[in-house]
Amino acid sequence: MSARTAPVADVGEGRRPRFPDLVVAEWIRFRSLRSTWWALGVCAPVVVGIAVNAAWSDQANWPGYGPGVKEIFVPVWAIRDAFNDSAAMIMALVLGALGATAVAGEHATGLVRTAFTAVPARRSVMAAKVLVLAAVTALFGTLVAGVSFWASQAVLARQGIGMSIGDPGALRAVAASALLAPVAALAGAAVGALLRHAAGAVAMTAAVLLLVPSLVSEKYAWSAALDHALPLSAWDHLTSLGPEMITPEHPATTAGSWAVYVLWPLVCAAVVPVAAHHRDV
Amino acid sequence: MWRARRAGSLVGMIELEGLTKRFGGRTVVDGLTFGVRPGRVTGFLGPNGAGKSTTLRMVLGLCAPTSGAARVAGVPFRDRARGLRHVGALLDAGDAHGGRSGVAHLWALARANGLPRSRVDEVLAEVGLADAARRRVGGWSLGMRQRLGIAVALLGDPPVLVFDEPLNGLDPEGVRWVRGLFRGLAAEGRTVFVSSHLMSEMEHTADDLVVIGRGRLIAVESLAAFSARAGGGGVWVRADDQGALARLLAAEGAGVTRRDGGLLVTGVGARRVGELAAERRVVLSELTPRRASLEEAFMELTAESVEYAAGEGR
Repeated sequence: MSARTAPVADVGEGRRPRFPDLVVAEWIRFRSLRSTWWALGVCAPVVVGIAVNAAWSDQANWPGYGPGVKEIFVPVWAIRDAFNDSAAMIMALVLGALGATAVAGEHATGLVRTAFTAVPARRSVMAAKVLVLAAVTALFGTLVAGVSFWASQAVLARQGIGMSIGDPGALRAVAASALLAPVAALAGAAVGALLRHAAGAVAMTAAVLLLVPSLVSEKYAWSAALDHALPLSAWDHLTSLGPEMITPEHPATTAGSWAVYVLWPLVCAAVVPVAAHHRDV
Repeated sequence: MWRARRAGSLVGMIELEGLTKRFGGRTVVDGLTFGVRPGRVTGFLGPNGAGKSTTLRMVLGLCAPTSGAARVAGVPFRDRARGLRHVGALLDAGDAHGGRSGVAHLWALARANGLPRSRVDEVLAEVGLADAARRRVGGWSLGMRQRLGIAVALLGDPPVLVFDEPLNGLDPEGVRWVRGLFRGLAAEGRTVFVSSHLMSEMEHTADDLVVIGRGRLIAVESLAAFSARAGGGGVWVRADDQGALARLLAAEGAGVTRRDGGLLVTGVGARRVGELAAERRVVLSELTPRRASLEEAFMELTAESVEYAAGEGR
């Protein structure tokens, strides 16, 4: 073993570390986990593939569709080819799990003890982590939603039934699908900060994002309101274009759905640093 | 240089004042008050479950004390915005993400503290992990992870270093290296606070000792004072006619215990035992002045407070 290589003075004063340094540190942590890239790398082609496959079926079956379907195909079905339920559920599940493990995984492995000893300002560490998670997943969501829309509509264009991004509501649907990624990731991060157990946090995130919406009925005003307050229901409303097939008794509003998209990530982003600040690790 | 910059201040001092931690109804750390000084290696000893790790976690601000306080250089550690330049710590070799490489682990910590990447390469070379550092920590041995933990502690070149059971999993060469490292760090004027449940690990490393049991303070003294207290180990003697010798010694007022086919004699020196045997022509086959080992002294001191004692031998 070598002798001590650095005398006490070597590190010296150095730079005074600031919040952006914590953000870069969290970016290093995020990008240096291979499992993260596997999750995103598998999720993206699956989600895009579902959209392309749906569009391909529709353009192939187009000649056989009745006049009722053909009349409303654009925008009702065209946009559903780009963004359908199963693709959204996969997106929410993978990104939610990613957010949950990003936080709970650090507790489970004990890394938090090292991290909080290196930076006792815990809230700043967790705020930086949330920021990196939100930025990366927003970028990922934009990429996947953008490609899903473009590719599916390009396929539909073979029959002249594709939409363009300039069509009414198209941009809204793309934005809602893109933002589903950070919304789900931050929900997962909040659950991870509260449960601190990786597998438990992933299961709980899946339950909150996917299971609860399917259990809540739209029959009563209160349960419909609860349903509309969930991210996946908000996504469904924001990506539905054209006339409603069935008019629900308690319909969701566009403004309300956007409010869900704003409030969920804000509350979840706040939960992560607050939970870390108050509890022993 | 920190010594020049903060000369005469509390730099390097770790101070505990009535530090107490209760989990539910269980008091794990009970009113600890002591100080740890710079320029020395201080061993923090106690049996398993004595509260050593909980104490260190409170010193590092990871756990909030139920009452009392811990300060490093006069400041509760949690009040620092960044930690690595003030205190370097290795709590558990496993406190890293197994899916990340050693360098990535260190890069993130260094960047968060405004330290250059070159510093990461320096500490990796110092702990002997330069070649392994690009592999994922999950595949490393316990000894390699201990070295990574030591690299983290050295990263900010801090005046205070805290290590919890750092020798676990190290090979003999590694143990020797760590001891030399601790001595070197203390010689540079730093505070080195090292916990262990084995006295033998501290015997050749520590200058001062802090001994706790069941969360309570048992002893705070220099290793020299501790060893002096442990002295008077008696005389170990074997004779052809053991019974006769035992009677002679008892008549002389010595304490005699039969053990392992010999006699452990206390109260008289080895020379007097030899004289008595010569006078009565008892043939001795062994005569050894014996020093109680520090381990024995430590066991005796903490016997009352062993948290998890093994049952009687079967």
